[in-house]
Amino acid sequence: MYQYDTIDRSLVRNRVDQFRRQTERFLSGALTEDEFRPLRLQNGLYVQRHAPMLRVAIPYGMLNATQLRRLAHIARTYDRGYGHFSTRQNIQFNWPALARVPDILGELAEVDMHAIQTSGNCIRNTTVDHLAGVAPDEVLNPLVYAELIRQWSTLHPEFAFLPRKFKIALSGSPEDRAAVMVHDIGLKAVFDYDGRPGFTVVVGGGLGRTPIIGHVVREFLPATHLLTYLDAILRVYNLHGRRDNKYKARIKILVKELGVAEFRRQVEHEWSFLEGGPGTLPPSEIARVDARFTRPAYRSLPQVSTGLERHLRDDAAFARWVARNVHPHRMSGYAAVTISLKKTGVPPGDITAAQMDGVADLAERCSFGELRVTHEQNLVLADVERDALFRLWTGLTALDLAAANRGLITNVIACPGGDFCSLANAVSIPVAAAIQQRFDDLDYLHDVGEVDLNISGCMNSCGHHHVGHIGILGVDKNGQEWYQISIGGRQGPDASLGKVIGPSFARADVPDVIERLVEVYLRERDSDAERFIDTVQRVGVEPFKRNVYALVDQ
Amino acid sequence: MHSLISKRAVVAGDPWVRLEGGAGDAPPATDLLVPLRTWLDARDRLLDRCGRVGVQLEPGDDPALLAGDVECLPLVAVHFPALTDGRGFSIGRLLRERHGYQGELRATGPLTRDALFYLARCGFDSFELREGEDPAAALSEFDAFEAVYQGAVDRGAPFDRRAPAAADAA
Repeated sequence: MYQYDTIDRSLVRNRVDQFRRQTERFLSGALTEDEFRPLRLQNGLYVQRHAPMLRVAIPYGMLNATQLRRLAHIARTYDRGYGHFSTRQNIQFNWPALARVPDILGELAEVDMHAIQTSGNCIRNTTVDHLAGVAPDEVLNPLVYAELIRQWSTLHPEFAFLPRKFKIALSGSPEDRAAVMVHDIGLKAVFDYDGRPGFTVVVGGGLGRTPIIGHVVREFLPATHLLTYLDAILRVYNLHGRRDNKYKARIKILVKELGVAEFRRQVEHEWSFLEGGPGTLPPSEIARVDARFTRPAYRSLPQVSTGLERHLRDDAAFARWVARNVHPHRMSGYAAVTISLKKTGVPPGDITAAQMDGVADLAERCSFGELRVTHEQNLVLADVERDALFRLWTGLTALDLAAANRGLITNVIACPGGDFCSLANAVSIPVAAAIQQRFDDLDYLHDVGEVDLNISGCMNSCGHHHVGHIGILGVDKNGQEWYQISIGGRQGPDASLGKVIGPSFARADVPDVIERLVEVYLRERDSDAERFIDTVQRVGVEPFKRNVYALVDQ
Repeated sequence: MHSLISKRAVVAGDPWVRLEGGAGDAPPATDLLVPLRTWLDARDRLLDRCGRVGVQLEPGDDPALLAGDVECLPLVAVHFPALTDGRGFSIGRLLRERHGYQGELRATGPLTRDALFYLARCGFDSFELREGEDPAAALSEFDAFEAVYQGAVDRGAPFDRRAPAAADAA
């Protein structure tokens, strides 16, 4: 993981001091509400339904045990004893007091953390494949580039006040676990024919009100030009993105209105002035940042662990957890492990302070003291010896964090919804809980197999419902909460957007509807190997629709 | 009434007067700040006066239209209707870095000290602050950050500074 140097530290500390001054001026009346808003947003502070919400940055989802313990301490001291991991690999606290936020930021700075640009119309936290650097299918480790983008985007003087928020995602694997096709900019790290590292640059994807799959603006951009090319894209967007209507202000609308060819021409024209300029990354700079990443001191291990094999035979619950939550690793004898934060009845992504401390201990004992946050709102221990898996599982079971549902329908991705968020039309968390309860029979759950189920409480789509195999969207009908259901969305290299199956449903009917959809899948699938999404793709939406609305018509 | 900071100092009086009306109304001896349209329409007439002339850009104006005039303009002002309209940051950099403008570059609008750090990095060297903002107290915000990551107008090559010697772990 990247180690801060003196420059990184000074910048974060200066930022805390600056925000303390700004908060004091606001509280004294020297700054108006309208003037303070963009300033607090750029420090992660929203004003929510109950209290301010503070979103803390976890750059590309990477954390160490010390940082996680500090987050636990903040949850205990300044909040109500828990935190919520978001789909942008960040963590949110829902109950801090405004006047104490500078103190929280000060506590974060002590462990090299901050809340810079976690909201507001600026470049947000760049998200990366949560298995970056360890996945066997990875072509190019994207982490050094993620850090270079973090530095470039942090306090960028030209792009702090864009037409709208701006999200970049980066993946180094053809599997694309970072959803690069549905971001403002998606970067796929690749090598060209000469073996040079670089990126396929995708622009203008996004979810929200107008879901769009991004367009390839450049097939191959050599890594050395990464930052100047980003400057060119951002400058075109900053100058020409719409500012008259916030629902049309994302870069995807600019790309759509100009057309991809014209947008590309403008970017390339802008870049022609920047190419080779002072922002060009010299190999020495890439090497310098790369050298500030610590590397796990892997041991030389056999691929097969006899101890593990024995536990797999003897303990069905452990075997089920390994089958769902343990992932292959590029190093022999190691595995990456998902810690599911999707236990039935717990809001997706929520974690208590005690659990954070417990996970920090386990990370130190089993995974070099580091962990990652995934955009599916789970945690990952990326470097676990296969021999230690049983010990880890035992530890997670004691923390109530051993749910074996990674990839299953109960691994619900959901925004905080109307219980917390002032934008929401409808609640998300109770809907997630009702669905999880419906699928609490383990054999049935595992028989159903992989289903991504995503819930958003409004069109802003923080729960990414468009790319869920099953997507649920809260809508408001005459002041009542209704839910629109779509199927067939997916993330990854063949990203596609779900299709709405028909009129929306009352909250109480949602679990029945989901069960009906699953029934159709179980009936129609050609084998156990065909996943829900594959069946939808093969047979189309119609059979699902018929079965669901037959229920309503009865 | 707004206050003015120029070259990191509080300026008591502003010599520049905004032109109300067309170029025909221009008083001969005053330093005039005129809209881009007026400048493009009446450039020679404005230059023939004995007072100086500067151009006020709005956020939607294309700074390339001043590319040929950078030598003869002592002041270009860029209007920020609000801090959140960030187009002016790009305009500032384009004027300095692409068009080679060397004169005074002023940010106008209802700005507070919170904008100064970013504006200065984008090439602005004079700043209107909204009524009620204390310009003397604002000056320290230029130094709000000891270090930065990116190159910009104020610092070209961003990566030299972080040679291994400068970046030892604390």
